[in-house]
Amino acid sequence: MRFWHKVIAITWKDALSGMRTKEIIFSVLVFTLLVIVIFNFAFGTSQEMMELVAPGILWVTFAFAGVLSLNRSFIPEKEQDCLEGLMACPASREVIYVGKMLGSLLFMLIIEVIALLIFAFLFNLPVFSPQIITITVLTTIGFVAVGTLFSALAVNTKAREMVLPILFLPIVAPIIISAIKASELALSGEPWSGLSSWLQIIGAFDVIFLIVSFLIFAFVIEE
Amino acid sequence: MKRNILLWLSLALMVTALYLVFVYVPTEQTMGIVYKIFYLMVPMGWLSLLSFLIVFVGSILYLVKRESKWDILAHSSAEAGIIFTTLALLTGAIWAKPVWGVWWAWEPRLTSTLILWLLYLAYFMVRSLATEESRGATFAAVVGIVGFIDLPIIVLATTLWRGMHPEPIIFQGGLAPSMLVTLLISITAFTVLYFLLLIQRVSMKSDEAEVKRLKIMLS
Amino acid sequence: MEKPDSTSQVWAIEIKGLTKSFSNHLALRGIDLGVRQGEAVVILGPNGAGKTTLIKVLATIMNPSAGRVLIDGLNPKNDAEEVRRRIGVVTHQTFLYSNLTAYENLEFYSRMYDVPRRKERIHEVTAIVGMTSRLHDRVGTLSRGMQQRLSVARSLLHKPTIMLLDEPETGLDQQAISVLSEILQAEDEGKHTIIHTTHSLERGLELCDRLLILVRGEIVYERSRQALDLADLKQVYQHYTGIET
Repeated sequence: MRFWHKVIAITWKDALSGMRTKEIIFSVLVFTLLVIVIFNFAFGTSQEMMELVAPGILWVTFAFAGVLSLNRSFIPEKEQDCLEGLMACPASREVIYVGKMLGSLLFMLIIEVIALLIFAFLFNLPVFSPQIITITVLTTIGFVAVGTLFSALAVNTKAREMVLPILFLPIVAPIIISAIKASELALSGEPWSGLSSWLQIIGAFDVIFLIVSFLIFAFVIEE
Repeated sequence: MKRNILLWLSLALMVTALYLVFVYVPTEQTMGIVYKIFYLMVPMGWLSLLSFLIVFVGSILYLVKRESKWDILAHSSAEAGIIFTTLALLTGAIWAKPVWGVWWAWEPRLTSTLILWLLYLAYFMVRSLATEESRGATFAAVVGIVGFIDLPIIVLATTLWRGMHPEPIIFQGGLAPSMLVTLLISITAFTVLYFLLLIQRVSMKSDEAEVKRLKIMLS
Repeated sequence: MEKPDSTSQVWAIEIKGLTKSFSNHLALRGIDLGVRQGEAVVILGPNGAGKTTLIKVLATIMNPSAGRVLIDGLNPKNDAEEVRRRIGVVTHQTFLYSNLTAYENLEFYSRMYDVPRRKERIHEVTAIVGMTSRLHDRVGTLSRGMQQRLSVARSLLHKPTIMLLDEPETGLDQQAISVLSEILQAEDEGKHTIIHTTHSLERGLELCDRLLILVRGEIVYERSRQALDLADLKQVYQHYTGIET
């Protein structure tokens, strides 16, 4: 279908651009590492303490890294008015939304996989489990669903870097809560059934906001 | 004309409510006179939600129909809403201190109200930081819509989050009939006040918009 | 003023009562304009006249506040995709991604425009604008003149019949400007319908079949090329805009 053909074109363009400017992925990674390290100084006195605070640290880190990644999603489109170039193409506004969203999703998942490895190494915790990976993927989908919409919005405001977190964080608060809780349970060896209510919240959030953002995106980028 | 009726109705209801709260209703046994803040707190909570509902409806209509009157409605409701939400948080804190011994507790209702307050804040911020006014209205509408849809999820997540701990409950058993009546009158009084404020702000903003439109046409 | 009548099919672009308002000013005030197939219309006007807004509305980047636009008889509100296929846009912003190569940029846009036989076409347009040697260089390393040429190449990928040009010569030196004019006036791929905004009177006169002056959102003057000479034009322009050239 031509829709997906163009979506992939946009995602691929973003991936290519990201690979070219490696500084961006490195700086977000370094940021992530620093946040983890600083939290460790704040809390990491004992192994038991670490097990208690680890899920919280993990998700605060991902939330901040998420804001950083999402912020840069539409900034390259503002240079040379590329977003307008996209709008002049025979592709619906929704193509742009899905294309950018998948690009951000890819970027964030890469950062998160590396962060989880760092986490497992530094804290000696089994964060690389299928449960935590599922939680991470689901929550990240929620992040980019709403974050792409807000990123496009924020880039048209006077204080871009500030606007995005103020919009984004309250809206994703419920899935951050759910991710932390589910991660907590996963780390203490709960089976999947124990996680189900939290996963359902994240799943419902994802579906609802993918649809809502898909429908509203056109209003945000058009003048 | 309608506005005057509403004004007198509001005044009458308020006076009645005050009477009921301070004279009629018996003082609650465990908490004493501070409990009376309850009759302010519940209406504030209710109105912060009602206001956001109107913001949501106005926002959808604005995006679909592109008529500034819907944006004016949403904006005015948000103005009332943030005041009510702020009061809800304050009365919640005043309530919490004698009951739980702390000014704040991360319990579901207060946490959700705090997030609602942040959403209202985001609504205004996005409007004023947009590069251009009509875009600001569109952006605010987006926040109104996304925020309102998110509310049930926020309440669900925060309730589930705190649900496992022993919960200090607001209603100690049921409500005595006199308390129920007082509460209902209080809620009604404040709801009428909300509509009064809404109408005032909407008409003022409409006049401002009209003046602006004329200025642009004549320039 | 020439106005299209609703029965003629020869109009490439029909604009009726086009109005665009922003929150504190009216950028376009009821524009009526008809552009025939193959005609080159130049729009002159000072900054803030509404030239860029007009181009953006025609390119379907912006929505009109009121009025109607028909492109090849199609309404962008209903047939946006089809309309966009027929339009090539070149503005003073290049729409190019600076950390990708020229080739990668062109490949991206050819996908977005469903261009058949992409690789072949990319080489074709690159040859037209004379950039073949720099095809695999990153756009960020190209000079402004080269970037604009590449932008023109980008706009030609999908063989549009209508070209919208918004002061494309901004920031270019004389030589680059003449190269650009040559490319834009070349008719190897058929005669395009052109709307070109500029604030250079000389260039406007040179390139147009018909010339309009836009001031504060309204068309205040319109003449075909035969009826114009530079001296008169300068006078007229100063009369309407207060700007001496």
